[in-house]
Amino acid sequence: MKQIKIDKIPARLDFIQSASGLILALFMWAHMFFVSTILLGKDVMYSVTKFFEGEYFFGESYPIIVTIAAGAIFIIFIVHALVALRKFPSNYKKYAIMKNHIKSLNHTDTTLWFWQVFTGFAMFFLGSVHLYIIMTNPSEIGPYASADRVVTEWMWPLYILLLLAVEIHGSVGIYRLALKWGWFEGSDTKKSRNNLRKLKYAITIFFLTLGFLTLAAYIKIGIEHKDKAGERYHQVTKTVQQGAQQ
Amino acid sequence: MSEEKNRILKISILRFDPNDPEDFPHMQTFEIEEAHGMTLFIALNEIREHHDNSLKFDFVCRAGICGSCSMLVNGTPTLACKTLTSKLGVNISLAPLPLFKLIGDLSVYTGQWMRYLNQHLETWIHNREKELNVDKLEERMEPELADEIYELERCIECGCCVAGCGTIQMRQEFIGAVGLNKVARYHLDPRDKRSDEEYYNLIGNEDGVFGCMSLLGCEDVCPKSLPLQVKIAYLRRMMIKTSMK
Ligand code: SF4
Ligand code: SF4
Ligand code: FES
Repeated sequence: MKQIKIDKIPARLDFIQSASGLILALFMWAHMFFVSTILLGKDVMYSVTKFFEGEYFFGESYPIIVTIAAGAIFIIFIVHALVALRKFPSNYKKYAIMKNHIKSLNHTDTTLWFWQVFTGFAMFFLGSVHLYIIMTNPSEIGPYASADRVVTEWMWPLYILLLLAVEIHGSVGIYRLALKWGWFEGSDTKKSRNNLRKLKYAITIFFLTLGFLTLAAYIKIGIEHKDKAGERYHQVTKTVQQGAQQ
Repeated sequence: MSEEKNRILKISILRFDPNDPEDFPHMQTFEIEEAHGMTLFIALNEIREHHDNSLKFDFVCRAGICGSCSMLVNGTPTLACKTLTSKLGVNISLAPLPLFKLIGDLSVYTGQWMRYLNQHLETWIHNREKELNVDKLEERMEPELADEIYELERCIECGCCVAGCGTIQMRQEFIGAVGLNKVARYHLDPRDKRSDEEYYNLIGNEDGVFGCMSLLGCEDVCPKSLPLQVKIAYLRRMMIKTSMK
């Protein structure tokens, strides 16, 4: 059969959008677990931070690792935003038509899409600010440093919005990815879609709860540590304690 | 025996005659008494018979197989002949399907859109034989495969999926679930000899499968319960595979 030329770009863009979205969503879930270690105590969070700075591999911490990781995520974030942008309503008229359609159809998944566009748009700004700060201040992660950033440096309003946006965008996105590519389809697709939707709500609620508890923990530490803002956390080791007693 | 009172239905209909320069879209409400087993088809006929004989709407089969009676019932695209009034509240709003050419009131010209779609996607068997030989026996097909094709062939071109699709609202060139379903149907058919690349050229773009945003309005409103979600996902995977060859 003769070879037919095809334009591969639309397929590539679609694939890139899905793949970058999947990476970002999985990263966000993992990230949430790391930051929430503060709920297990300052020491645990401190150890996790040191782990990511490579202290357990190199014997010394290298915050540059965090910069590189945040930079990589930033690049994926930008790529994802760029390709996803083509799905946004391109002018006010289209937006109005879509809004009207959503209202009159009153269809859950279509409405969820609207939320995804909205939260995605919000993240252009919120996510960029956060990623930039982490990239440029990689060593400022830790029980005190992070809490100071939240409270003293006034990041908590941004984090509240970012948390809402990320968790809604991510879980709706993953749900839609599953439908889009036919994952977990099963033999009864109606039933599996129903289950997927329930799972999606459960995941959103779980991560929002965890997220807000975590944020509350940092806010508490931040307020207590306000007078000494800027001071770094140090693990209180046994020897130091003994030394102090002598 | 006490006689139970029937409900009085308030049916609001979007009235508009695009051919009348004086006319403008407006809602008109009719009150009719509900009868046992009443469908919207019966209700509309009653309105036309007893209230307003200028009301325009389409029906042919009255059995959910011709696809001509599709309209927005309380905002949701569906077939009027299949809709029992007992399943609805007393206030019912009816409007024509959006996007299609309006003939008047509830009557739209879906045929024009569907014909364009079928021409564009060439929804017929491409067997590559130079000459038509009517004496030649058709190749045999496994019954399971025939069933699978038949399942997709059940589409009645009612246009509900088109009206329920958010993507088409924004981008009218998008072929919608009905188009994608047809492509899936021909792709399954072993008599159709089109290559994956040829299919890619039909739907491997933003007007085709990559335009679909998986909102699944189509799947949820299709009155024939076609497996649209599954087929769109299947085509998407197939197109990605073709692009990686
Ligand atoms: S796919 Fe379903 S909703 Fe769409 S035209 Fe066919 S029967 Fe109607
Ligand atoms: S899944 Fe959504 S975007 Fe795709 S065809 Fe169906 S309604 Fe339209
Ligand atoms: S009249 Fe034929 S489908 Fe309703």
